[in-house]
Amino acid sequence: MNLVVLMRMVPDVVEELEIASDQKSLDQEALRLIVSESDDHALEEALLLKERHGGAVTVVAPEAPEAAELLYTAAAKGADRVIQLRGIQRGLGVAAMAEACAAALSAIPGLLPADLVLTGTQSIEDLDGLVAPLVARRLGWPYLGVVTAVSDVSNGAVIVVKEFQAGYRGEFQVSLPAVLGVQAAEKPPRYVPVAKVRAAMKATKIEEFEAPQPAPEPLQELAIVALAKPEAAGHAEMLEGSVEDVAGKLCELLAERGLL
Amino acid sequence: MAADIWVVADQWQGRLTDITFEALALGREVADALKVPLEAVLLGHGCASLAEELGCADVVISVEHPALAEPVPETHAQALAELARQRQPRAILIPATNTTWGANTLLAALLDVPGVNFAVDLKAVDGALEARCVLYGGKIEVRVQPRKEPVVIGLWPGARPADQGRSERKPCIEQASVSLAAEPKVRLKRYIEPEAGEVDLTRQDILIAVGRGIQSKDNLELAEELAQALGGEICGSRPVVDQGWLPLSRQIGKSGLTVKPKLYLALGISGAPEHVEGMKDSAMIVAVNTDPHAPIFNIAHYGVVADALELAPALAEAVRARKG
Amino acid sequence: MHQAAPAVATATYDITLENLFEYPEGRRILTCIQCGMCAGTCPYGEVMDYPPRRIINMLRAGELEKVFASESLLSCVACYACMAKCPRGIRLTEVLLPLVKEQVFINLPETPSELQKALENTLRYGNPFGESSRKRAAWVKTAGVPIRILSEDPRPVDVLWFVECQNSYHPRGQEISRATARLFHALGIDFAILGNEEKCAGECARLLGETGLFDTLMDYNMAVFAKYKFNRIVTSGAHAYDAFIYQYPERGFRYPVEQTTPFLGRYVDKLRPLLTRKLPYVVTYHDACCLGRHNGFYEEPRALLKAIPGVRLVEMVHNRLNSICCGGGGGGMWLDTYYKAKGYERLSERRVKEAIATGADVLAVSCPYEISRFEDALKVLGYDHKMVVRDVTELLAEAMEA
Repeated sequence: MNLVVLMRMVPDVVEELEIASDQKSLDQEALRLIVSESDDHALEEALLLKERHGGAVTVVAPEAPEAAELLYTAAAKGADRVIQLRGIQRGLGVAAMAEACAAALSAIPGLLPADLVLTGTQSIEDLDGLVAPLVARRLGWPYLGVVTAVSDVSNGAVIVVKEFQAGYRGEFQVSLPAVLGVQAAEKPPRYVPVAKVRAAMKATKIEEFEAPQPAPEPLQELAIVALAKPEAAGHAEMLEGSVEDVAGKLCELLAERGLL
Repeated sequence: MAADIWVVADQWQGRLTDITFEALALGREVADALKVPLEAVLLGHGCASLAEELGCADVVISVEHPALAEPVPETHAQALAELARQRQPRAILIPATNTTWGANTLLAALLDVPGVNFAVDLKAVDGALEARCVLYGGKIEVRVQPRKEPVVIGLWPGARPADQGRSERKPCIEQASVSLAAEPKVRLKRYIEPEAGEVDLTRQDILIAVGRGIQSKDNLELAEELAQALGGEICGSRPVVDQGWLPLSRQIGKSGLTVKPKLYLALGISGAPEHVEGMKDSAMIVAVNTDPHAPIFNIAHYGVVADALELAPALAEAVRARKG
Repeated sequence: MHQAAPAVATATYDITLENLFEYPEGRRILTCIQCGMCAGTCPYGEVMDYPPRRIINMLRAGELEKVFASESLLSCVACYACMAKCPRGIRLTEVLLPLVKEQVFINLPETPSELQKALENTLRYGNPFGESSRKRAAWVKTAGVPIRILSEDPRPVDVLWFVECQNSYHPRGQEISRATARLFHALGIDFAILGNEEKCAGECARLLGETGLFDTLMDYNMAVFAKYKFNRIVTSGAHAYDAFIYQYPERGFRYPVEQTTPFLGRYVDKLRPLLTRKLPYVVTYHDACCLGRHNGFYEEPRALLKAIPGVRLVEMVHNRLNSICCGGGGGGMWLDTYYKAKGYERLSERRVKEAIATGADVLAVSCPYEISRFEDALKVLGYDHKMVVRDVTELLAEAMEA
C-alpha cells in the first residue's frame, strides 16, 4: 500500500499558554511545539498497515521548529520517505494550511497516486476547519474521520472502523484512494529508542519541498476578536488542607447529600 | 436573500440527540436577536416524523433521500450545500458529534465560506455574528466574527440546556429535495455494539472516574477501592481506555457514555472538552488534580489540588470509618 | 576527601558487544566459574530467565540472541548485588548487563506503557513526570532559605548542587530538597543550582538499555556545566552520582562529585552542635544500592543518624553489602504495573517487611527513589501507621529546628 501521513506540530499544552499583548494570538516566546497527538496515531496506523500489507509510508510535515525531529523520529519508526513542506505558515487555524498541504501533496514528485492519506482526526487548534476533510475535498477523494481501525484492503476499497457514541462504533467501506482522520491507532504509538532516532538523523535525508505559491494567509475568513483564558462560568469551591482533612470534609459533603 | 439561522438536527439510533435541542435553544436566541426566522434542517430517510419535535424552530426543512439513511458526513454535507445555495441562510449550526464529524468543515469548503469549530456560544454583536470557541484542550477561548456569510458553525455540547430547545409547538414543515450521487464512496456496513459491560454506568448514582493522572494501570486499584467503599463504579476518560487500563464500555465522553450521576468524582482528569461533555450535568462533581489550572475545576462543584493517588486511599479510609 | 573519578571510568564507555574481549573487563567475563552467586543474590533471581551466569553461558556458546529475545531482563533493577558478590570480580552491572539490556530493550515487541511515557517525557521535558522544565525550580520558592539559581546569577560558586528529578518535582522529594537547602545554609556552604536548566542525568535510562537517551542527556548536561564556574558538584541523586563518576568523564567531566549524604557526612562534627532537637526515634537505615554496594558509603549515613540526639539505630537483617534494592533502579521505577501483571512481588514491599521486623519507627533512606517507593509499600501493606520513611537530610533538618 502506498500510504501518506500528514503530521503537524501544535502548541504543547504542558507548558503554560500565554496570550500575546495584541490578544489575537498566542505568545510565541512561551510556546513549545509538539506533534499533534492524533497525528502520531495516524502514523502508527500507517506503520501497522505497512507491516500487514507491505508498501511504503511517506510522512509529510509543514515546516515548524522541531518538525525535523518529528520527521527523523518517523523515519526511525519505519517511514520510508520524509518530507518537509516549506512556505506554509503555522499557527492558529488550519484551513489555509490544509489547502496548501493538499496542493503540495498533488505536486510532490512520486507521492501520488497513493491508497490512503492519513492524518489526525483533529488537533487542538482547529479553529476554522479540520485538516482531513479539507485535504480530501482538494484531492477529490472520499473522507471519514474518528477512525480507530483500518482493515480488509481489497477491490479498491478499505474497511474502516469509526467511533460513534456510548461505546458504539461503525464499520464503513471506503473506496480508495481516501483520506482518513485517525482518532486512535489500533495500538498506542510505538516507542523508538533514541539511538535509532540519532541514527536516522545521520542516515535519513529530509526532502524539502516548497509549497505551491502563493502561501495562503491563515484565518482570512475569520476576524479574531480576542483570545482569553476561559473565565469560568463558575469555579469549584476548593477544599484545602491535608488529604486527611479533605477526606473528612468530603465525607461531610457526601453525608449532607445522603450519598454516604 | 434570506438571513435565517439554521440548526441541523443530529440523530442517533432513530432519535434526535440532546445536542440538537441545545443547538436549537442557542439558535432561537440568535435568531430572535437578529429578528430572523430559525429553521431546523432534518436530513434522513424514513425519519420525517422527527420534524414534529423541532418546534423550537419556526420552520423545519425536511429532506428525505435514500443516500441520507446512513450517517456519512460527506453525503450530509453535500445535501446541506445544495440547500444552502438555494436558500442562503446566514448561519448554519451543526452539532459537533462523532456522527457529524467533518461535515461542518466539508460544508464550509463546498460553499467557500468560513467554518468555525469548537464553538460553545454564538451571539449577535451590533448585528454581526460572534462565536466563542474553546481550543487547546479547553485552555484558551477565542472569539471570532466571520468575514463572509453564511458561516458554518460546529457547535460543541453544552452551549445551552437541552430542555430550552424542546417545544410543544408544531413547526411549519417544508419538504425539500436534494440530488445526491447514486453510489456514495463511503458506506456504513454495520454498527458494532459496545462489549456488554457488566454494569450500566448511566444508571449509577456514584461514579469514580480516572484519567491520565492515575499514571498506571496499577493505581486503578486505589480507585476501585474507593468505588467499593462508596458503593459506586469506576469509569475513565479516553487516555485510560486507549492504554487498555479500562474497557471501552467504561469510557465517559465524546465517544463513550454520557452520565449524570449524583456524584462524579474525577481523579487525575484534566477536563478536556471531549470528556467534560460526557459528565457536565452530574449533580455533584468533585475534581482532584495536581494542576490548579486544570479546566475541570471550572465545571466542578468542589475541587482539590492534590495527588489523586494520595487522596483516593485517604478518602476510602474516611468513608469506611464513617460507615462503620 | 573528595571522591575523584576512578581510573576505569573512561574504559567502560567504549565497550560494545563487538569489541568486548579487547578490554580486560570483557575478558574477565570469560573467567566466570558458573558458581551461581549472581543468580542466588539477584532480588528477582527466581523470575530472571537469564541471570548473569546464564548470560555468560550463552555468550560462550555464541547464542546471545536468545538472551536478547527474552523480556525477563527488564526485571533487572541494576542493584549491583550480583556484581558485588561475584567471586571473580566480574563487572556485571557495570559492563555486561547494560550491553545486553540495550539489545533486550531494542528487541522488545512492545514497550510497557508506563516506561514508554517516562522515557518520552525524559527526552522531551528532562524529567520522567512530563512536567514542564519551567517548573523544575518551583520548589525553591518555599524553601525558606535563599537558593541561588545560576541562570539568574551566574557568578562563580563553590558547589553546584545537582538536585535531580524526583527531588525537584515529586512533593516528597521537594520536602527533601528544602531540608537539604536548610542544611547547606546552616553549614555555610556556598552553593547554587541550575534550576530550570537542569535535566535528568539519565543513569536509569542507561541502566535500562536506553543508551541513546543517556547520551543525549549527557551531551546536554555537559554543555550546561560548561556555561558556569564551580569547583565541585554535590548531587541528591544517587544514580546521578554514579553517572557523573563513571560515565560523564567520557565527555571530559573532571569535577569532584559527591552525593548529599556522604557529603554531609564529612561535616558531621560541624552539624552535631546544630542538632539541638531531640528525636526519640528508633531508626533503621536502608543502604541505597548506588551509594552502598556500588561505592562503599555505608558508615557516613549511619554516623549522621547517630549524631541526632535521641536516635537509636537498629539494623535490618540485610544491611550494607547485603541490602535489598527498593526496586527503583534500571527502569524499575516505571515498571511496577508490568511487574504486577506478571505477579512479581514488589521489592519495596519485601524490604519494608524487613524494616517493620526491626521494630523501628523510622525507615531512613538516602536515594530519592526510595522515599515514594517505601511510603507506597507501607500503605499497601497497611503499615503506614507503624513506620514513616524519612530521608537522612530530613531527619537532620528536623533535629536542627528549635
